[in-house]
Amino acid sequence: MNKQHITLNINREEYDVVVTDNELLSNVIHDTLGLTGTKYGCGTGECGACTVLVNGDPVLACITLVTAVAGAEIITIEGVAPAPGKLDPIQDAFLEQAAVQCGFCTPGMILVAKDLLVRNPHPTEEEIRETIRGNICRCTGYTSIIRAIQQAADPTICCQSKP
Amino acid sequence: MSYKDKNFRIIGKPMPRHDAWEKVLGKTNYAGDNEIPGMLYVKALRSAHAAAKLVSIDTSAAEALAGVEIVLTAKDVPNNETVTKFGQTHTVGGFEGLYRVLADKKVRFYGEAVAIVAAETPEICDEALKLIKVEYEELEGVFDPAEALKPGAYLVGEDDTNLVCQYKVRKGNVEEGFAKADLIIENTYTVPQVDHIYMEPECGTAWLGEDGVITIRASTQVIEHFRGIAEVLGIAQNRVRVIAPMVGGGFGGKEDITVETYLALVVFKTGKPCAMTWTREESLISHGKRHAYTMEYKTGVTKDGKIVAQQVDILSDAGAYVYLSPWILLYSTVKAVGPYDSETVKVDTRTVLTNNTFASANRGFGGAQVCFAYERQMNEAAKALGMDPLEFRRKNYLHKGDALATGRVLENAVETEATGIKVMEMLGEKTISDKPNILIGQGMASSMMSYGRMTFLHDTSRSYVSIELDGSVVIRCGVQDIGCGQTSSLASIAAEVLGVDMDDVTVYFGDTSLTPLAGTTTATRMLYMSGNATLKASKAIRENLLTTAAKYLEVSIEELDLIDHQVIVESAPEKNMPLQQLVKICASDGVELFNLAQFNAPAREFMDFTSGQGQVFADFTFGSHAVEVAVNTDTGEAKLLKYVSCYDAGQAVNKLSAEGQIEGGAIYGLGYGMMEGIKYDKGKTLNPNLATYLIPTTMDVPEMQTDMIESGGGLGPFGAKGLGEPSSVPSAPAFVNAVCDAIGAPINDLPASPEAILKALNNK
Repeated sequence: MNKQHITLNINREEYDVVVTDNELLSNVIHDTLGLTGTKYGCGTGECGACTVLVNGDPVLACITLVTAVAGAEIITIEGVAPAPGKLDPIQDAFLEQAAVQCGFCTPGMILVAKDLLVRNPHPTEEEIRETIRGNICRCTGYTSIIRAIQQAADPTICCQSKP
Repeated sequence: MSYKDKNFRIIGKPMPRHDAWEKVLGKTNYAGDNEIPGMLYVKALRSAHAAAKLVSIDTSAAEALAGVEIVLTAKDVPNNETVTKFGQTHTVGGFEGLYRVLADKKVRFYGEAVAIVAAETPEICDEALKLIKVEYEELEGVFDPAEALKPGAYLVGEDDTNLVCQYKVRKGNVEEGFAKADLIIENTYTVPQVDHIYMEPECGTAWLGEDGVITIRASTQVIEHFRGIAEVLGIAQNRVRVIAPMVGGGFGGKEDITVETYLALVVFKTGKPCAMTWTREESLISHGKRHAYTMEYKTGVTKDGKIVAQQVDILSDAGAYVYLSPWILLYSTVKAVGPYDSETVKVDTRTVLTNNTFASANRGFGGAQVCFAYERQMNEAAKALGMDPLEFRRKNYLHKGDALATGRVLENAVETEATGIKVMEMLGEKTISDKPNILIGQGMASSMMSYGRMTFLHDTSRSYVSIELDGSVVIRCGVQDIGCGQTSSLASIAAEVLGVDMDDVTVYFGDTSLTPLAGTTTATRMLYMSGNATLKASKAIRENLLTTAAKYLEVSIEELDLIDHQVIVESAPEKNMPLQQLVKICASDGVELFNLAQFNAPAREFMDFTSGQGQVFADFTFGSHAVEVAVNTDTGEAKLLKYVSCYDAGQAVNKLSAEGQIEGGAIYGLGYGMMEGIKYDKGKTLNPNLATYLIPTTMDVPEMQTDMIESGGGLGPFGAKGLGEPSSVPSAPAFVNAVCDAIGAPINDLPASPEAILKALNNK
């Protein structure tokens, strides 16, 4: 198996890595670079847990060859928060709406939502559903996740729970 | 607002969970996120046959491959078989629970582990697996539990019968009951095996601790498998440590051992650290599923809508190994007629080995199967009587003080009727269809689901709480947090009682060597058990704090409270003192600011096997679901328009978490109703990935509406009941009842897929 030296731009930082030709982006991010927020859920691009943003677009890292994204701008969940101790409005909304249970689908969900709100700052509920249809969550039943994305788009929507 | 006046600051409020911050940042360190320098990768060779004789296994070529550290087969495992005795016989009760680490002599199911390889890289593991030569002699196998019961059937195991165990319940004389009935409703219901599909597949790492203790950090609901692992290795129980970090979903599927023994064996044999992660396909073909059942129900009702006889016969497919099948069957047996009264009841249940993948725990633990049957049966009975489904149920719901068919009197809150009324109110008037090919239907279902383990298991849980010198609080409790907020709930309880904020509490959890053992995160028991243990420990510390404060401030203890990091003196606010100051006084006076508490669940003897009479569960959670669907008669697609759910939570500890359980549970159960099912061809799984085994996505579910009753009548802390399993049990029948209402024809087999709905329409 051929090895090559490539440079990855992840979360605005450059990483020089030696990879094999067939190495997957998810493995390099998770195992080699230790950015463990990118999750392995199925390995076949069916669950969305490994989603990262490549040049702004959601990509399934478990079915993407790492060599294909050399030089591209990659954002993982670790690159979403604006500063240490601070959260992105989407992360904040996921907290407030209790859209996190086991948390395993959460990184992928947040990245897909991030991309959606950049493209479409005021999505309808239907547009949110369409966008995250490829990201499976087994814990929440999705209602809280959709509300969180709605809240991130419109901060006047607050916690739905009756006090 | 304080714990003292029961006007809680934290308990029952919607609070963001303390573990959610790390999770939204992607920082939570799950069992698959740890790399250990020099670690080996472990993979399993899995059987390509469901039933076969293992003639020979040649591992020499694999062992010779560069980079392979070790190859293990059954002969290398110190104790390849461990047996849990459950004490009964085949004819009443059960069986012996056999745990076999690696297949030996005979393969029982497709995907059963035959050998494991540990190598320097996952790729070398894959190469090595291909080099292992296994000679199989294929056997006929048996794949249908009814066939497996016939005389002369292929024997799955080493026993002389495939029957694992059987139970019965008898209340009155059911023949006399049917004689009184004006109408008799008879139906057979079938439900398939389904998978849990937690997002995190089975995974873990293991290493040899400096002290020589074999340490396994795994995605598990049960750290106390350290005992079983020690037995497999033939070493003392205190030489095995299991750590469960945050788990990426469990739903019962991580209740049995998965990767732990394989990892432990590699460490035991090589002394080297190692990691194992199952592929999604391995997960789907080789861990325990929810049992497939065939359920025959015969219900006698009078013209005025009273149930006078219920006769139930259940045949359960245990799959290839026993695992938890007998207990699951017992759950089904006790709950077979649901939260309804009947003058006479006769229940017979059996579970049988086949060469399908073994079945074991799955959210509901035998409760979901029977709920589908009894709730379909309630609707069919109402329909036969020309009665509204809710009205019919209301004539038969059990209430507080009533007895189950097992004779057990329901002593605690029973709000089933209130939840049933509530969900139908929330559902509202039926939507009017404006298209001839769209039929609208509404359906409901109620359920009775236990929380806490069976009372003859004498369940206990321990929790340690302490206050540090700065007033911050530490909990050490051996809970496994599988995503439902198990640890966060404990933080809420301690913070409430000790007058601090949730942020002031750190919970150390899930480590057999460092956290007091709290039992399994199963059976909807964690809040009930560990919550009570944590409450007990927190109260003991509160007592010590207030006793010291009373002495020091020269006031009576009754005047004192702990609120917002302060000791409050109600009669003399000028004497209020910061908690930190009181802690320092206690420390210098030698007052104990720690407590290790044990909570013991009420214990009972085993039920009487000849009559099924006795108490099996400590208490139940009651609730109802209601659904409105629009069925497209051209495609069979049933689109959900509304989904509402209401439970008596007893007392929500964290309102957001409780709502999250109710919402998420409903959709977990909806998949069972709409689309899920393992498909087999002679034991071989035909849909072993998420492209062919479908679960609900955002496009399948509507916005959930939930409501809660808080009766305060539960056995958990502050009167809480459990929600984890109960929340998912009635989904499938509520959905199917709505579909049947829409199409005017019955569907009695799950899943009610578009194909099944079209078939039912065509058969009308």
